[in-house]
Amino acid sequence: MSAEGQEHLWDKEVEGHRTYEDVRIFTDEQLKNYTEEELKEFKIKHDTPMADELEKGPWPSVISDIKREALHRKKLGQENLQGPMECCEDLLGQLELSYIDMETHWKHGGIIGVFGYGGGVIGRYSDAQEKFPAIWAFHTLRINQPSSKFYTTDYLRGLADICEYRGSGIMNMHGSTGDTVFLGAVTEQLEPIFFDLTHDLGVDLGGSGSNLRTPSCCIGKARCEYAMIDTQDMCYEMTMHYQDELHRPAFPYKFKFKFDGCPNCCVASIARADMSYIGTWKDNIRIDQEAVKAYVAGEIAPNAGAFSGRDWGPFDIQKEVIDLCPSKCMSWDGNELKINDAECVRCMHCINVMPRALRVGVDTGVSLLFGAKAPILEGAQMSTLTIPFMYTEKPYDNLKEIVDKVWDWWMEEGKNRERLGELIQRFGLRQFLEVLEIPAMPQMVKEPRSNPYVFFKEEEVPGGWKRDIKEFRKKHPR
Amino acid sequence: MSKGKFGYYDPENPMKDRITDIGPPHYWQMFPPIIRRNYGKWLYHEILEPGVLMHVSETGEKVYTVRVGQPRLVTAENVREICDIADKYCDGYVRWTTRNAVEFIVDSEEKMKALKEDLESRKHVGGSYKFPVGGTGASITGIVHTQGWFHCHTPATDASGLVKAVHDVLFDYFKNMNLPAKLRVSMACCLNMCGAVHCSDIALLGYHRKPPMIDDEVLDKVCEIPLVVAACPLGAIRPVKVELEDGTKVNSVRVNEARCMFCGNCYTMCMATPLADKEGDGVAILAGGKISNRITHPKFSKVVVPILPNEPPRWPSVCKTVVQIVEAYAKDARKYERLGDWAERIGWERFFEKTGLPFTWHILDDYRLAYDTYRTTTQFKFTEHAWAVSKAAGGI
Repeated sequence: MSAEGQEHLWDKEVEGHRTYEDVRIFTDEQLKNYTEEELKEFKIKHDTPMADELEKGPWPSVISDIKREALHRKKLGQENLQGPMECCEDLLGQLELSYIDMETHWKHGGIIGVFGYGGGVIGRYSDAQEKFPAIWAFHTLRINQPSSKFYTTDYLRGLADICEYRGSGIMNMHGSTGDTVFLGAVTEQLEPIFFDLTHDLGVDLGGSGSNLRTPSCCIGKARCEYAMIDTQDMCYEMTMHYQDELHRPAFPYKFKFKFDGCPNCCVASIARADMSYIGTWKDNIRIDQEAVKAYVAGEIAPNAGAFSGRDWGPFDIQKEVIDLCPSKCMSWDGNELKINDAECVRCMHCINVMPRALRVGVDTGVSLLFGAKAPILEGAQMSTLTIPFMYTEKPYDNLKEIVDKVWDWWMEEGKNRERLGELIQRFGLRQFLEVLEIPAMPQMVKEPRSNPYVFFKEEEVPGGWKRDIKEFRKKHPR
Repeated sequence: MSKGKFGYYDPENPMKDRITDIGPPHYWQMFPPIIRRNYGKWLYHEILEPGVLMHVSETGEKVYTVRVGQPRLVTAENVREICDIADKYCDGYVRWTTRNAVEFIVDSEEKMKALKEDLESRKHVGGSYKFPVGGTGASITGIVHTQGWFHCHTPATDASGLVKAVHDVLFDYFKNMNLPAKLRVSMACCLNMCGAVHCSDIALLGYHRKPPMIDDEVLDKVCEIPLVVAACPLGAIRPVKVELEDGTKVNSVRVNEARCMFCGNCYTMCMATPLADKEGDGVAILAGGKISNRITHPKFSKVVVPILPNEPPRWPSVCKTVVQIVEAYAKDARKYERLGDWAERIGWERFFEKTGLPFTWHILDDYRLAYDTYRTTTQFKFTEHAWAVSKAAGGI
């Protein structure tokens, strides 16, 4: 397990690191094998007037991009490719057919994968294979992205080469869950791709199916002043610790971890993750009163300049900060900004508006929320605040203990294709708290229940539930 | 890496030298040195202009980030061009955001300016920008989306094509920071929502409108009937015995069509129950969701348009409706007010009035917990919708 000893494989700051030259498939001549003029003249083998329409307009055109890949493949020739040379052209041809039919031409699924793994590869076949033979099989490989999606170009060029050589040359940067995705590999190329990914690029597949899906995180401490947990490291450590759960489906359904460094939630953990890790603080917002005055005096643009595209008038701290505070815990007397931190709910608004004057606290930890999912099946859910604050340090053993409790319960009780959030609904939050061995708190609800239908437990009712009807009737005749 | 049909992999001996469970590459090696030096030391940031960020560290160092919009679906050629740019200006480092943007990070303002100029000069031969700079602050940044007709088996619409069309009509909002707050658009091509669009300011959702067809000839052979029956959240599927045209009797299922809300979960479980249909499928629009905890709680997007037709390649009805919503919001909302906060402040009746969207019965919830969305107060505003009801009831 783990890539021990490989942490610096691509590290340009470390002597002897791997470079593109070590792994490249194509020569420079092969890579620069067409001119701008040739590209202008190039016509793919199918007539695609509707798809071509999407070459116009300012936003980067995915059609134009695929066409250049198509030309590049054609000039490489099938002898220099293991994937079908004409797959990009056939992909556009089939897309055009879908634009005419207004229905997809991809067949239903197909169980497929690499030896020993139950996830990471998703089968895909065309239902118009006679017309578009080069995309008869067009499988997806999910490849585990580095935390917060930083790359060296050496590594990226390696990915591009193998995707082009053994696949279709088409990728998703990135899949919704976070993976680097290769679209379009034929079945017999899956193992060779996996072999080179693990051996030469030092990367593994991500999750698919009923397993731990590839965890993802925000940019965190790498370039954000709000990050209160080390999102990259937590994401990496949890991914490595749970490799078996990620590759070998044993769950009732998918399970997602997402790590947000602060309540701004850039990686949308609260909407998407079965277990959302969100950084927070429990001491006071740090205030630089001089900088507050500079904002009030108009010397610094509010919200880091995010609103500079329109004239909103001079900055008004009362209207824009004090009055918008959700817990009304701030005041400004013209000279000093005061925050009643005990009443602060840490929404981030004041800090977002005045990042040079206000900073998150220094006593930081993680809030844990559980149960978010998209609508299938029982409707969309957001994560429920369950554990308000935890200190945690690498290797995050206290978090792993919680994960293990949650999974044990969900694997025992969860029905096929039942997400954790649905199980919590079916059994009630109270049962989930028993699983976690934590007490209830008002912070778990928006408001107390309005129906009094409490499922009291027998042991908490004096005398229990066993009663004698005959004794009852002695006092209360029928 | 290897060449040849199987490369280093030996199909005769598949477990030979196999490496498994190594996980992702360690993130630290992917950081530019300036990011490593200032990890966890950032003090504050400024958006210098749309698409350009400056982060200042307590060490005194500054990094400049140029953010460019990108399609989610890109080619190896596109990735190599990004690498060329990153090699030229950023010492060979680059990153992606969660909304498919690419960020080029440099350590000086001069490098940033040269980089930005270079990025904006690059165009595809078809005429579109390759690397448009923008998507910061009170703007509309990349639309996250799913695979659609490009690569998925369950979609009710296309994703990459529709998103390109919508991006084109929203391009000025990508290039400028003139909205009342950030506005996030997301797109999922079916209810499975692998794009998780249910908490977006504006969500575009592919939707089927015809119940599944039942492929009796193969159903029992390719699917587990109990799983198909159990797949329906409404209990609308029942097992039956049917006689095929040639007289053979087979096990299959039937759908209580009146109870079907077209989620497609049966199709996910069983290929013999397809739903896709040229006329039936289309795009729903949901609005007013958010994920940030800023000022108000995160909230779900609400259905504001039940269905619009699929109109490839440009989806004019969807584009027009999205622009209608964005313009009404941009004109009327207060600074810092997200789309959903605006709708709640003015009231949803005003939202429909100001956006000009029709309000029909489809928007009244009739699924589980529907009652939670019904208004049980005399507090309301008079709009044309209200007069229409009073008239229909014979009260005016």
